[in-house]
Amino acid sequence: MSIEVRRYGHGSRVPGWDEGADLSKDPSPVPDPATTPVPEELRAEIETAMAKYPDRRSAAIPALAAVQRRYGWCTPEGIEQAACVMRLTPGYLTAVATFYDMLETTAVGRQTIYVCTNISCSLCGADELLAAFREEAGDDAEFNIRGFECLGACDIAPMASVNGVYVGPITRDEVPEVIAALREGREVLPGKHLVRRPVADPAANAPKAPTAYGDEMEGDAAGPPAPIEQPPTPPDEGPSTTTP
Amino acid sequence: MSQKLLFKDIDEPGLNTLDVYRRRGGYEMAPKALAMSRDELVAELEASGLRGRGGAGFSMGKKASFLPKTTMDKYLVCNADESEPGTFKDRELMTKSPHMLIEGMIIAAHAAGANRAFIYIRGEYQEVADILDAALVEARDAGLLGSLQLVVHRGAGALEGKRGNPRLKPPFPANQGLYQGPTLINNVETLSTIPHILRMGASEYARIGVENSTGTKLVSVSGNVQRPGNYEIELGVSSREIIYGLAGGPPAGREVFFWFPGGSSSPVLTKDDLDLPYDFDTLAKAGSMLGSGAIIVVDDSNSIVDVAVKLASFYRHESCGKCTPCREGTNWTTKMLERIQSGLGTPMDLDIMASVQDRIMGNCLCVLGDAMAMPISSMIKKFRPQFEAYMENARDAAGTAEALAAQGAFV
Repeated sequence: MSIEVRRYGHGSRVPGWDEGADLSKDPSPVPDPATTPVPEELRAEIETAMAKYPDRRSAAIPALAAVQRRYGWCTPEGIEQAACVMRLTPGYLTAVATFYDMLETTAVGRQTIYVCTNISCSLCGADELLAAFREEAGDDAEFNIRGFECLGACDIAPMASVNGVYVGPITRDEVPEVIAALREGREVLPGKHLVRRPVADPAANAPKAPTAYGDEMEGDAAGPPAPIEQPPTPPDEGPSTTTP
Repeated sequence: MSQKLLFKDIDEPGLNTLDVYRRRGGYEMAPKALAMSRDELVAELEASGLRGRGGAGFSMGKKASFLPKTTMDKYLVCNADESEPGTFKDRELMTKSPHMLIEGMIIAAHAAGANRAFIYIRGEYQEVADILDAALVEARDAGLLGSLQLVVHRGAGALEGKRGNPRLKPPFPANQGLYQGPTLINNVETLSTIPHILRMGASEYARIGVENSTGTKLVSVSGNVQRPGNYEIELGVSSREIIYGLAGGPPAGREVFFWFPGGSSSPVLTKDDLDLPYDFDTLAKAGSMLGSGAIIVVDDSNSIVDVAVKLASFYRHESCGKCTPCREGTNWTTKMLERIQSGLGTPMDLDIMASVQDRIMGNCLCVLGDAMAMPISSMIKKFRPQFEAYMENARDAAGTAEALAAQGAFV
């Protein structure tokens, strides 16, 4: 048995390491506003971001995110435009864009599915889920399906961030539905959105005085504890802690 | 049943709005804190014994006291990046009770003497950032922020807009942090706890939990458990109570193989350690750490090598590449583990791997490399027989023993 190792230029396992920079060109300067047309909304968005910080460079990532929202990825032209507004070199912004996972520096599909494949999710079958997504989407260029490092939602493992919305736990049978919903512009698995999920701790949400009818009392005065499952007592018969 | 502070009203419909939060007693503590002097407030926080909930577990009050008392621009940064695998408590807090964090930040900014504050949230938490933004607008419109400038920064990393590379410490952030100014950096949970400390008083808060680990803590339990999720516990309860009692333990018929007590960066513990009380000092004494309070349970249907590969490749991916031990160490550890998976491993690899971990620890500017080295070396130390058995099986399955012997390799 022999082990196949993919080799790139000069025998390296790392693609592109030996592609030299073009040294005959001058490094690109801060773009000239006179010759760099920037779409008005993009300019406004970047300028709003810059105004929030003492140092304009802090807006680099919000600016690149704005470029990505507009063009689908951080295109060289988009980076040039952002650099023009921010008075930075395109090289500076490119260096930032290539560092961070969520900023795409090559063309990708508009529908993003990030499947978390970190420890907790992979213990619950995330690798199979990612493979199922890839298979279901096939070679549809609309989709950008990626395995992602911990997305911070291990309570709904295995999960995915679908166009920024956290959904889970996703079973393999639901994968076709997710892809179909995205293709048809429907909401993805509405019953499984993380933001609508109650906290797991059964003792959280201390039972409160019945307040279902009418406004609550100032300061939430203590009433007799009522189990949450019980229907609220009608106000006329119940303990008189509510203002009628 | 332990006391609930952060989770008391957490699923109250509309708690993310100013109205409901106020009705639940919200924003009563901010004016009280602003009326105190900075020293009084810091003393109160120190007396509460509150230790940072992000991972390092440093005394919150003490950290605030390190900031200089001069009138220069000072910053408060809330770390809402929550990038430790297995941790998801801050997400739940911010989604459901964003005003609790904002109130905590108003108070902490006063304690630090900071006039500008940032909530630095990871780019993946788009929904959460929208909720925070909306809450911030409400708080600002209601005049609750006073002179404090608070900004929600959506990062994919990097508040200063640079590539994420570490620098030498000292100077520590308390002297030179964000924009070279004195900076107090705290975790979401730490800051959200502050209003509760002021409400009950530091001495009353210090009575919850155990010595040196006061208060309640959110633990995120995930992995092979039946009821994964966030639980608010009193520090010092037994780990078994959390993993089995609250989270339901592994699925029927399976047993705990090992567990990470404080996120994937913490050295692993075995099922014999399940009765340890869950607090900062006990876990440190057991050779691990409480970290961010993220318990990842791995049951006996999994192999140690598969988990180790996942772990190491995460840190390889996250390494920025600035310091050689981390860049090369995470890469080689992953490669060696993958080699073991493919059936080409030898027991010698375990020794080499262990020595690589020793050479990473303490030799980098930041602790990302250490965060891989600690769990991996604990795995090799505690589960060497399992590693060796895995190698045997993988070699048999791949049929590589003969192939390697034919090449003259030592098998």
